[in-house]
Amino acid sequence: MKKIETVIKPFKLEDVKDALAEIGITGMTVSEVKGYGRQKGHSELYRGAEYVVDFLPKVKMEIVVNDDQVEQVNNTIIEAARTGKIGDGKIFVSNIEHVVRIRTGETDIEAI
Amino acid sequence: MKKFLLAASMLLPTLALAEDKLDTGDTAWMMMSTALVLLMTPAGLALFYGGMTRAKNILNTYAMVMGAFVVAFVVWIIAGYSIAFGTAEGGMNAVIGGFSNIMLEGIKWTDLSGSYPTYVFVAFQGTFAAITVAIASGSVIERLKFSTWIVFVALWVLIVYAPITHMVWGGGYLFDEGALDFAGGTVVHMNGGLAGLVLAIMLGRRAGYAKTAMKPVSIILTAVGAALLWFGWYGFNGGSAFGANAIAGLAVLTTTVATAAGGITWMLIEWFVYKKPTLLGIASGIVAGLVAITPAAGFVSIGGALFIGAIGSAVGYFGVAIMKKKLGYDDSLDAFGIHFLAGLWGAIATGIFALNDKDLLWDGPLKESGDRMGQLMVQFESVIVVGLITLIGTVVVYFIASAITGGGRVDEETESMGLDEASHGERGFNL
Repeated sequence: MKKIETVIKPFKLEDVKDALAEIGITGMTVSEVKGYGRQKGHSELYRGAEYVVDFLPKVKMEIVVNDDQVEQVNNTIIEAARTGKIGDGKIFVSNIEHVVRIRTGETDIEAI
Repeated sequence: MKKFLLAASMLLPTLALAEDKLDTGDTAWMMMSTALVLLMTPAGLALFYGGMTRAKNILNTYAMVMGAFVVAFVVWIIAGYSIAFGTAEGGMNAVIGGFSNIMLEGIKWTDLSGSYPTYVFVAFQGTFAAITVAIASGSVIERLKFSTWIVFVALWVLIVYAPITHMVWGGGYLFDEGALDFAGGTVVHMNGGLAGLVLAIMLGRRAGYAKTAMKPVSIILTAVGAALLWFGWYGFNGGSAFGANAIAGLAVLTTTVATAAGGITWMLIEWFVYKKPTLLGIASGIVAGLVAITPAAGFVSIGGALFIGAIGSAVGYFGVAIMKKKLGYDDSLDAFGIHFLAGLWGAIATGIFALNDKDLLWDGPLKESGDRMGQLMVQFESVIVVGLITLIGTVVVYFIASAITGGGRVDEETESMGLDEASHGERGFNL
């Protein structure tokens, strides 16, 4: 099992969610986060006082899938979230050791 | 105002009878204007300022403005009105109106000020006293102790505001000199703005000023506040004609066009300089335009008003974005940069642009002999006299208020935590 974490532009959240639903992904965890990469921050202006804002608002999605789905999910995310401009985000894939569904006690693949 | 006072000062009973007949139209307009000016403080200015404050201090900022209104109005009734609009014996009358109308002693509900009840005049003028001192709060938010502020408000209305009002509008020295100030360029805006700067310098800057980002909690609140100020300003300037008449009509149109020109000017300057037109910039330009036209509203042409508003806004921009940065004082919400500087410009511009029209002008060099240079000199004189009284008076009142309340500045912990929770035990937003 793998966990796919992706940080994307907030306005792409709906597109990505819908695209993942179409390929049969049934659950995910989403949080509003802040951060920066190559895009760096931007500046805000109040009555001539310029404030540099380092951290930009992003959305982080966490999805746990079976190993054989990873490539398809990654491609789907890339297709839905890409604008071609700087700041489109990243995808991180990591191993998951164990999963339990609390209600039924099912484990691993059955619990996803 | 002058017309009413001249009429009232004619002690001939026959003339007084002929003048003093209640006009329902005038009375209705003056009561409505009172309500409009009231709206400017606990709604307009409070939102305008509150929106620019950091989230942890918005409630304190709002409370300072609303608190200023309630305290100032009561003090106004107790003694402020008497000092401002009473008549003192002999030479003292050049500066203060004396104490014969303490608690409105000697004024009955049936008495008239020209064509409407004196009680309406008292209420109308009380709302001016309140907004003037409330303007000063913008310079010292996020660090002035609330208790010090409340004491400051009460004393300042009596020691600074009422004497200045008497001198300009109530029959004192500048009134006799012939200074033109239609609705309060000197009395309200220069006065309140300079008091703010004096307080800001005496209190010192906020912790982290110019080093950390101090982001406004919501420019939308500020924009709504500016809109409410504009709405209320029809009472402020239109009501300063003291009747439902053609001068009020002139003031309503000059006020609108100058303000719109002010909004455009600030927007364009930012667009050129920073490549982006900000909403805060448009709202600031609107307020600067309103301030600039205030002393001139009933004296100038529509073209003159357009010019006064546009330049007033540019002057405000200079004060806020250039001068403040250079000199390094923390005039937090720019009470000085906008109200003092645009008010100063408006007071001088009134001398330059006032129409030579005897039906509009108050007694002064321009009306009496068409002497515009002389009028301009009187305008300069009024600016300097008002500035000096505000400067000295504010220092004195701050020291008294600070001594009574054990120091004027909040402690470091309160300042970093935010005054909302530390001073009031409330939060502006429970999200």
